[in-house]
Amino acid sequence: MTHVLDPDAPAAAIPPRREPLAPYRDVTRSDAAFRAFLHGLPGVDQVGAESRVAVLGTRSIKTTAKAWALDAAISMVDLTTLEGSDTPGKVRSLAAKARRPDPGDPSCPQVAAVCVYGDLAGVARDALQGTGIHVAAVATAFPSGRASRAVKLADVRDAVANGADEIDMVIDRGAFLAGRYLDVYDEIVAVKDACGDAHLKVILETGELVTLDNVRRASWLAMLAGGDFIKTSTGKVSPAATLPVCLVMLEAVRDFRAATGRQVGVKPAGGIRTTKDAIKHLVLVNEVAGPGWLSPDWFRFGASSLLNDLLLQRQKLRTGHYSGPDHVSVD
Amino acid sequence: MTSLFEYAPAPESRSIVDVAPSYGLFVDGEFVDGSGTPLKTVNPATEEVLSEVATATDADVDRAVRAARRAFTRVWGPMRPADRGKYLFRIARLLQERAREFAVLESLDNGKPIRESRDVDVPLAAAHFFYHAGWADKLDWAGLGPGPRPLGVAGQVIPWNFPLLMLAWKVAPALATGNTVVLKPAETTPLTALLFAEVCRQADLPPGVVNIVTGAGDTGRAVVEHEDVDKVAFTGSTEVGRSIARAVAGTRKKLTLELGGKAANIVFDDAPIDQAVEGVVQGIFSNQGHVCCAGSRLLVQESVHDEVIASLQRRIGTLRLGDPLDKNTDIGAINSAEQLARIRELSDVGEAEGASRWQPACELPERGYWFPPTVFTDVSPAHRIARDEVFGPVLSVLTFRTPDEAVAKANNTTYGLSAGIWTEKGSRILAIADRLRAGVVWANTFNQFDPTSPFGGYKQSGYGREGGRHGLAAYLEGAR
Repeated sequence: MTHVLDPDAPAAAIPPRREPLAPYRDVTRSDAAFRAFLHGLPGVDQVGAESRVAVLGTRSIKTTAKAWALDAAISMVDLTTLEGSDTPGKVRSLAAKARRPDPGDPSCPQVAAVCVYGDLAGVARDALQGTGIHVAAVATAFPSGRASRAVKLADVRDAVANGADEIDMVIDRGAFLAGRYLDVYDEIVAVKDACGDAHLKVILETGELVTLDNVRRASWLAMLAGGDFIKTSTGKVSPAATLPVCLVMLEAVRDFRAATGRQVGVKPAGGIRTTKDAIKHLVLVNEVAGPGWLSPDWFRFGASSLLNDLLLQRQKLRTGHYSGPDHVSVD
Repeated sequence: MTSLFEYAPAPESRSIVDVAPSYGLFVDGEFVDGSGTPLKTVNPATEEVLSEVATATDADVDRAVRAARRAFTRVWGPMRPADRGKYLFRIARLLQERAREFAVLESLDNGKPIRESRDVDVPLAAAHFFYHAGWADKLDWAGLGPGPRPLGVAGQVIPWNFPLLMLAWKVAPALATGNTVVLKPAETTPLTALLFAEVCRQADLPPGVVNIVTGAGDTGRAVVEHEDVDKVAFTGSTEVGRSIARAVAGTRKKLTLELGGKAANIVFDDAPIDQAVEGVVQGIFSNQGHVCCAGSRLLVQESVHDEVIASLQRRIGTLRLGDPLDKNTDIGAINSAEQLARIRELSDVGEAEGASRWQPACELPERGYWFPPTVFTDVSPAHRIARDEVFGPVLSVLTFRTPDEAVAKANNTTYGLSAGIWTEKGSRILAIADRLRAGVVWANTFNQFDPTSPFGGYKQSGYGREGGRHGLAAYLEGAR
């Protein structure tokens, strides 16, 4: 376990830049080329994007469709705790909830992953042994990402060594907003390498990128660099996940797969608290990216309180009446 | 791949609205029998007969016009403008209160998806009454000259594509400016107009201010040609508009016509492609393309043609066609068998003339009138599908190379109702909009309506404006 930084790391020979997938091999050959490519992506009209999600928000999901959506949403939850006050006890209790979200109903699916800080990944791994539930850890100086690359990579290696099989990294928004796109790209590539077999989710922190044009560019940047998932937010910045942002990211993964053949997942995180919100997201996935993304392998919700609302709605659908907050566990 | 996520049926309940087995005419504040042979109005999605509706003969129309004249002379004309405004506010509120009823009835009678009748038609109709209610006591300050006076009795004939909304576009400005009306709804969609008559009674609108005479073309002709009508307003086909213009020529009647269109939706290579595709879909497939300002010609810059068409086809593949009352339906039924026949005929001509037809895999219901969303590529400006108004869910795709060519092709139509421009470049929007001969030009959006914004056409799309300050002028004497 490497808790100590390798003092020679920054001085190590820089390997040649890894090229993105065809047909985009040459877009990272220079700063200028990469910038031209990202700025050449079609723009996003904010008003149009908002009206599209407003219309999709009127979809009426009832009965059998709702039952399917609830179970799908539960199985896509990355059950998250990212507090300074997190303890092994808290993480174990979350893991228990992840395995058996509704103690009264064994037919309730388990969630996709438990998401914690890297130092607690080992606790989560032990608590989830044999369940198939993934252990996700945030890394790279989460949530701000303001640390040297060596620190960030060490953070990633540490989390992986502790047992995380999914890494949620943050991009360098400062570099992105300053137009140093290749720096952001190189960092993601380096983090991907540090991940080894662990899946890499790239957090764009769209609340700091602000414009939908930036969201599209950052999405493409992260996909070209080899991210397995693109994720909206850390949950520490407001606004976090919004439907228009999710729309643009879903369009990006759809277009990226059409162009390169490689499928990338999407994870909205932060601010999704109700079943209604979750179902709106699923409708968006279904009608924008397509049904190919309707599985925990390709779509996740980064959330904590959402799960209980999904469980209450699930109970309501089965029993015909609403119970109350005491009919689901606190965590 | 069939979706894992099949939306279960989510039908809006019909029980909110009572459809009577038969309806009379609404004349002088009362429902009365018509003297002609009654018409049957059907649900185009099922061919089920919804109700039987009276036909007004010349004598019935005469009674209605006399009632309107009486109401104009004795009550509505002399009334304090602020009080006229109160009635209009009351009607607007009642439309909102009974919105669900109107939406369901509109979808039943017209075939349009409930999502559109609920979210577009009915709220916009109420908005028109609210907007014009505000004008009623402010006409002196509308900038239309000093002391503008009402014209008298307005004869209004409206189409079947937006039955309630077109009623609102006609009735609200007429009443706000102090006129009384005799309105003839379309023969295939009279029911919401008759429900509106009920709202007029509920609002205690003085008898004779609004009269509704149902029937087919002969009834419309009687309204238009009646000697005591001061103003004729018509929305519908260019063919009928022409005959109305002929009938009105040489009389004292003022005339406004809102007729057909063959709008160009121009997509430049720097457009926000996803939103442009969405706007193109919304422009031609909303309300099954039964929209006079529909973006029925897609002019796409050749350099992005393939990308746009691929994206468009993928998007069309996700449209949900079916039961208009299902809340998840995007495309409803074609309004009538006749209209369906015309759409089929023009589509066949398109194919015969050499354009390529594309339709998504799409199951059509067995009963009712249905036509799948259709895209024609390889269309030349000489093809009929590039020139004639189809008034259905049929898009013709043409290409252009330069802005000049886009403008030339967009203007190369006998119509001139609307157009759309898609580009991220603001200066280009202004430069192109300036050169398009169309009454409405939308930029990076399409089919957006607001009562404050005037609407109307160039060339064979008609004359006069509806909505906004300009729309008031059409109903005022001495207005400039």
